[in-house]
Amino acid sequence: MSTSALEALGSRPLPFLRSSWPWRALAYLLAGAVFCVVPLVVAALSEVLPGWGAVGAGIVALVAFGPFVARFERWRMRLVDLSPVPGTRERRREIGLAVLTLVAFWWIDLAIVGVAVGGPLLLVLSPVVQPEAAGAIAVAASFVGIALVPVGAYVLTAWAGARAAMVRAVLAPERAELEEVRRSRARLVDAFEVERRRIERDLHDGAQQRLVALTMTLGLARLDVPDEAPLARTLDRAHGEAKQVLAELRELIRGVHSQVLTDRGLAAALGELAARSAVPVTIETDLDVRLPPPVEIAAFYVAGEALTNATKHSSATNITIKVEKSRESLLITVTDDGHGGADPAAGTGLTGLADRLDVVGGRLTLSSPPGGPTTIRAEIPCA
Amino acid sequence: MRVVIAEDAVLLREGLVSLLERFGHQVAAAVGDADALLAAVREHAPDIVVTDVRMPPGFADEGLRAALELRRDGLPVLVLSQYVEQTYAAELLETGTGVGYLLKDRVGDVKEFADALDRVAAGATVVDPEVVRQLLSRRRDPISRLTPREREVLSLIAEGRANAAIARELVVTEAAVAKHIAGIFAKLDLPPTQDGHRRVLAVLAYLTG
Repeated sequence: MSTSALEALGSRPLPFLRSSWPWRALAYLLAGAVFCVVPLVVAALSEVLPGWGAVGAGIVALVAFGPFVARFERWRMRLVDLSPVPGTRERRREIGLAVLTLVAFWWIDLAIVGVAVGGPLLLVLSPVVQPEAAGAIAVAASFVGIALVPVGAYVLTAWAGARAAMVRAVLAPERAELEEVRRSRARLVDAFEVERRRIERDLHDGAQQRLVALTMTLGLARLDVPDEAPLARTLDRAHGEAKQVLAELRELIRGVHSQVLTDRGLAAALGELAARSAVPVTIETDLDVRLPPPVEIAAFYVAGEALTNATKHSSATNITIKVEKSRESLLITVTDDGHGGADPAAGTGLTGLADRLDVVGGRLTLSSPPGGPTTIRAEIPCA
Repeated sequence: MRVVIAEDAVLLREGLVSLLERFGHQVAAAVGDADALLAAVREHAPDIVVTDVRMPPGFADEGLRAALELRRDGLPVLVLSQYVEQTYAAELLETGTGVGYLLKDRVGDVKEFADALDRVAAGATVVDPEVVRQLLSRRRDPISRLTPREREVLSLIAEGRANAAIARELVVTEAAVAKHIAGIFAKLDLPPTQDGHRRVLAVLAYLTG
């Protein structure tokens, strides 16, 4: 099943002719006839008003009808194009579309319907409409007319599809579409980040504090029990287990959200990351300013993922994280001396990184020849 | 000792009060945010302050910033942190001796915690073993030149232990400890001086180097 008239044109002739697309195209184009009312009204006004008055009325009509024309065009586009038209609602574009429709499209629509439908129809009906022609010629003309019906269907569908594509280009330029997708992804990522912070806060304020209080209570209780009492061993065990849970919870919370990143910025947070890394990490940075939170979070994420990858897969013995800030972007380079051969297609890690960077308009480049070294570079705009 | 406590979680604050009282200290004030801490210190002039890092109103590092301010007047401060942050540890240690930085978990080990408090009040420097462990696992130069035994000794120095205590802990003679310490100082390029501050410098070498 095709999703638009233009796409349907590409299918094989018989299925295409049997499909609803030519009929949809016809309905689409005929609906344009309503616009002939506006030029007629303006023409009628020019009889009453002086010349400039009619021009003024025309302009007023364009501005006033712009949104209605646009809404009508969006609505009927569903006849020939099933994918939704994202809404930009730019006044300028709507008026532009109104001008295009009222000045040109409506009569081209009707002219094409006239040629593509009327032409074959007239030929088919020639024995009726041209009784003066010789019988054989009229019958031949009828056959030619029947043969031209499929051609008419193609012409109708082609123009309807092209017209819809033009309307779409005016109402929803591709750039706006991509921009909207990017913004919506950025909103999603922001929402996740807020949620992670909330989870971290809740765990910190709730479970973690209670567990610390619990270990303290157990510790105090232990003071009152002589070492040789059987209760002492039980208390020691409970104490040890509570501390273990606390340590695990701490690691969990740290993975959810880096508090030091929020408090002290990227350089400090990378330092913590390096401190916890199993493989020695050198950090080279002269970054001494705070960057917008989405940039810091994305950069931190890149460094974290790159470290995890290097540690898990590359048998690296040395990792370098370099952070450089230029006027309009942040460049973060992670190099390891492992065996290389990292394949973006193999796991979700690198793809996830690229996706995560895409949200902030950043780019990821990877160089990982077999034998190493592996270099991951991320560039994040931060004007 | 007279102690001022700053901790925003009520449960924990009350726990700390009863713990410190249990060990014979007097809690002059127990407050819930950094501003109240600074006010309480002005009012009660305590011997030592115990403070959380993360407190209202911003729930960022208010407690640490307050601690750094108090350290400028030389007041002993023991900072409790929910997790180890090298940055915080380094900032605190740079303020000189009489300072401590411990994971909050350590208050569960009540005796050790009370002991750490006493040592900080007496002018020692106490760093959480976790901080030291992270540093030792990461550093290569010049820390990599230390022998495992010397690392052990250094981590105990970081916890603020005196030579005698280190000797007890490692079950060696005090002379052996002194020998290890001399080795550490030499490998970290800390020239011999009369200043006991070299012990702190050795720890600082990890944190800031």
